[in-house]
Amino acid sequence: MSSHITAAVRHHALTAYALVAFGYLLLPIAVVIAFSFNDPVGRFNYTWQGFTLDNWRNWDAVPGLSESMILSLQIAALASVVATVLGTLIALALVRYGFRGRSATNLLVFLPMSTPEIVLGASLLALFLQLRIATGFVTIVIAHVMFIISYAVVTVKARLVGFDRHLEEAAADLGADEWTTFRKVTLPLIAPAILSALLLGFALSVDDFVITYFVSGAETTFPLFVWGSARVGAPPQVNVLGTAIFVLALAAALLNVVLQNRRAKGAQ
Amino acid sequence: MGYLHRHRGLVPYLLLAPGLAWLAVFFIVPLGFLAYQSLQSGSFDFGYAFDWSFGNYWEAIDRYHEHLLRSLIYAGLATVIALAVSYPLVYWIAFRGGRWKNLFLLVIIAPFFVTYLIRTLAWQSILSDSGFVLDALRTVGIVEAGGRLLATPVAVVAGLTYNFLPFMALPLYVALEQIDARLLEAAQDLYASKVAAFLRVTLPLSLPGVFAGTLLTFIPAAGDFINAQLLGTPREHMIGNVIQSKFLELIDYPAAAALSFVLMAAIVALVAVYARSLGTEKLTG
Repeated sequence: MSSHITAAVRHHALTAYALVAFGYLLLPIAVVIAFSFNDPVGRFNYTWQGFTLDNWRNWDAVPGLSESMILSLQIAALASVVATVLGTLIALALVRYGFRGRSATNLLVFLPMSTPEIVLGASLLALFLQLRIATGFVTIVIAHVMFIISYAVVTVKARLVGFDRHLEEAAADLGADEWTTFRKVTLPLIAPAILSALLLGFALSVDDFVITYFVSGAETTFPLFVWGSARVGAPPQVNVLGTAIFVLALAAALLNVVLQNRRAKGAQ
Repeated sequence: MGYLHRHRGLVPYLLLAPGLAWLAVFFIVPLGFLAYQSLQSGSFDFGYAFDWSFGNYWEAIDRYHEHLLRSLIYAGLATVIALAVSYPLVYWIAFRGGRWKNLFLLVIIAPFFVTYLIRTLAWQSILSDSGFVLDALRTVGIVEAGGRLLATPVAVVAGLTYNFLPFMALPLYVALEQIDARLLEAAQDLYASKVAAFLRVTLPLSLPGVFAGTLLTFIPAAGDFINAQLLGTPREHMIGNVIQSKFLELIDYPAAAALSFVLMAAIVALVAVYARSLGTEKLTG
């Protein structure tokens, strides 16, 4: 009997722990959302003063904030598309073909992910400085594509590895040439992975601070705006945009979970 | 297409070329420039010139070994705490999550949906002198009356732990999720206690996840400067803060470049020791 009780306690202790841990993970998010409705006195939005909708109504009242967001979105759109195309091509080569230099390629893809961001940013700035390339929009996009490629390769590769090659062989047997097979069979099958890579790249780009800080020149992306405003007290509108990004990303992720579950059910 | 058909061996290289060229030009070449810059001497006013100034490295280590050591200790602590916090959580999701696994996993990555800087600022307000955490700790008596959380090493390590925890949890989850439940049944059929089954089956099989998670958490944490900047004071500054300010504020490029390589060397050395101590043959199966 007593072993029954200890087993039950152990069972529920882990569940209780999981609940506490979830609370810990969500706490700062709750704070960000709550403080977007705060009515701060003075310039620091640290302590709760009172509920207001003004920050949401006047989300664009802070000079430079919406411009920085638009810049971030433009950079993310451009960088994620370029990186996803380049990364998908690398993933195709790695999974589909045997060639010399495979392990070197894997290493080159893996290295940027395991290098501290500050070193990536510093080395790019060293390059731009010594070649006298002015930093700005273009250098930010270049840097973002560089660090996103690896993530795109990993994302698309994971899908390609578990993919039934017989489908392509069947297409070839039916007389399709390589290009047609790719377009009609391969591409539709890996499209979800490409979409995931695109979304991941977009998210990584919008969120990047460290590398961008080094190569931005006079441009101010959204994270750079937050950094600059943090020194003098970030306005609650920063929380408004932070909350908006969170809700959009969460909606996209939830949609993905639902689609995956449906696909898994369909496959059964 | 006809040409490619005759030269099939070329296809992989054509697929690789644009992406690898990008990585070569904007990742490898810049590291070369950084190395070149780390061996220059001079001053901001008169310019820097390359002259094999290896002295930059000795000076970097001599002047900033405390920052370097602090970075490794803070990052190490954050990694260990992130492992301790996420292992039971991820275990629960993998073995008790049922059909809601993906949803629970989403909660783990939810912090990533809030901009990095904004979630760190949220910790600033949670740990602040007027925040409820400090209130509670004072009431319980863990923190004395005049004590603080913000602007202490505790705050910096807490920030690092939270910000990089998903990097620990996701590879751990992948490793635990793949464990065949029949192995655990077999262990119990052979009269292993639950604890023994965990120690002899689950834990060893999860080691690749522990290894990957540790690296993915430790490396970015060791190079971070945002947590020390927003949650600490100059007394908690890490090597990243020094590199950042030398590069962007003091315009002392050679010192900043040398420090970057010292950081990389320290990370590579630690990772090598760590990989050896876990046993690479165990990890690669």
